[in-house]
Amino acid sequence: MLSQESLQQIDREVAKYPPEQKQSAVMAALRIAQVEKGWLANETIEFVANYLGMPPIAAYEVASFYNMYDLQPVGRHKITVCTNLPCALSGGVHAAEYLKEKLGIDFNETTPDGLFTLKEGECMGACGDAPVLLHNNHRMCSWMTKERIDQLLAELGGK
Amino acid sequence: MILAGCDGDRSWRLQDYLARGGYAALKKIVAEKIPQETIIAELKTSVLRGRGGAGFPTGLKWSFMPRSFPGDKYLACNSDEGEPGTFKDRDILRYNPHSVIEGMAIAAYAMGAARGYNYIHGEIFEIYQRFEEALEEARAAQLIGQNILGSDFSFELFAHHGYGAYICGEETALLESIEGKKGQPRFKPPFPASYGLYGKPTTINNTETFASVPFIMNMGGEGFLNLGKPNNGGMKLFSVSGHVNRPGNYEVPMGTPFAELLEMAGGMRGGRKLKAVIPGGSSAPVVPAGIMMDCTMDYDSISKAGSMLGSGAVIVMDETTCMVKALERLSYFYFEESCGQCTPCREGTGWLYRVVHRIEHGLGRPDDLDLLNSVTANIMGRTICALGDAASMPVQSFVKHFGDEFMYHIENKKCLVPPEVQYAGSQIYVSPSC
Repeated sequence: MLSQESLQQIDREVAKYPPEQKQSAVMAALRIAQVEKGWLANETIEFVANYLGMPPIAAYEVASFYNMYDLQPVGRHKITVCTNLPCALSGGVHAAEYLKEKLGIDFNETTPDGLFTLKEGECMGACGDAPVLLHNNHRMCSWMTKERIDQLLAELGGK
Repeated sequence: MILAGCDGDRSWRLQDYLARGGYAALKKIVAEKIPQETIIAELKTSVLRGRGGAGFPTGLKWSFMPRSFPGDKYLACNSDEGEPGTFKDRDILRYNPHSVIEGMAIAAYAMGAARGYNYIHGEIFEIYQRFEEALEEARAAQLIGQNILGSDFSFELFAHHGYGAYICGEETALLESIEGKKGQPRFKPPFPASYGLYGKPTTINNTETFASVPFIMNMGGEGFLNLGKPNNGGMKLFSVSGHVNRPGNYEVPMGTPFAELLEMAGGMRGGRKLKAVIPGGSSAPVVPAGIMMDCTMDYDSISKAGSMLGSGAVIVMDETTCMVKALERLSYFYFEESCGQCTPCREGTGWLYRVVHRIEHGLGRPDDLDLLNSVTANIMGRTICALGDAASMPVQSFVKHFGDEFMYHIENKKCLVPPEVQYAGSQIYVSPSC
């Protein structure tokens, strides 16, 4: 269900915890699974749970609690914009508006070609870099002026 | 102190930290077999107070650990930095990760913990990867792992990556999360020092707290205390965000006047007038400009002004800010991030957001301010963790200090600050130095 490479990565995470505490690796395992699959279908969550020897419902609880897990399909590029107060004071909302206009979608929507999904995010702990956005959960983009948003979209659209 | 001599992304590696005098404290402690009590006494002298927000004396916290307890003991570092306005731990981890590793190793030695985890905020995956690399370097150099520097002291340290939950910054929620569960806070007592990770004695400290430890060991508790002011020892990182010319982290002695900090951050953007400051992260009560300009940046002064130093996150708002809109965004945040465990917080944060939202959108009612105060009174002190209080304090303080602006909204169904002025004031702003 998951690639050998993903399973090896999960094994590395499991090794960080005491042998009887494999469940501790569930957050990392779900992250690794999501990177491979693009999102977390119930079957994927169940596979991860079985791999770690925990009840599937317990893994689902984790997947549905933390907001960076996607339980629905998303576009190839998920862009999450922080609009919390410190970012909003330095253009976080303006950056979000510009992205909506450029992509022609609202928050929680995906472009018809399946390339982009736009999300509104909560504090990413990078308020000094506002406006801040996150690409596919793992790449933080700082100081996103309109020019830099254009560059990012061009770079991602070309892939 | 922590960020002194660091050159951005170019000097985070082990060799750079060693060149700055890093790991000297750990080496000395291990080589001279310095007694655990001596280390904890030194920390008490330093009056280092928890840098995550609560400001609890670190030495005292360490002394709660049952040092002679024979079983497993754990250490956790709280790098789950998601309090709006706070971004200091990210810079510590990316520019000086080894200071955190050394601080944790010294803590492990002082408390007899054999294993530790650094819980890193979900949204900063690149920093998590860097920290893992730094751990590899330290392991290869025998600075963590089995038989550190050839001694009989062993300490295994790992990084745990969060995945987007503000509540995991609460220490017992963080422990639940490391255990692979939903991050819902636990009842206290029992406190983590007796029942923590996997039910074992555990001490949790903030990233900046751990990073300060090696420096305290090197300069002595007295030396650290004297950098700041009595009861407010040492240096502190302040994250300045909002309407300033140069947002960023500034490491200054405790007790530095706010006016000086504002000057360091380049002063007010566009020369506009200061309206209000949230001095300690979004959960801290807001302070109007007049009071703030007389404050110094330390626990006692900010507390006297009716707020909290918290995590040292200074959110600066100028005259173009609509206070109702600002509070609306913060209230939405707490509503969104409440873990849902306690009814007063789960339901109350929704009430707060909906009422502020309707005031902002011209649908406020004359008794809405009383309603807000009554909802906060029914949340505060009635929840397992501090998130309920954290959601209530901004509401109470905004209404207290800017009640007129809220009433104007309710009576005139529009903002006191014209929308076009707000729009201009919050445009995308990137400092020329970025």
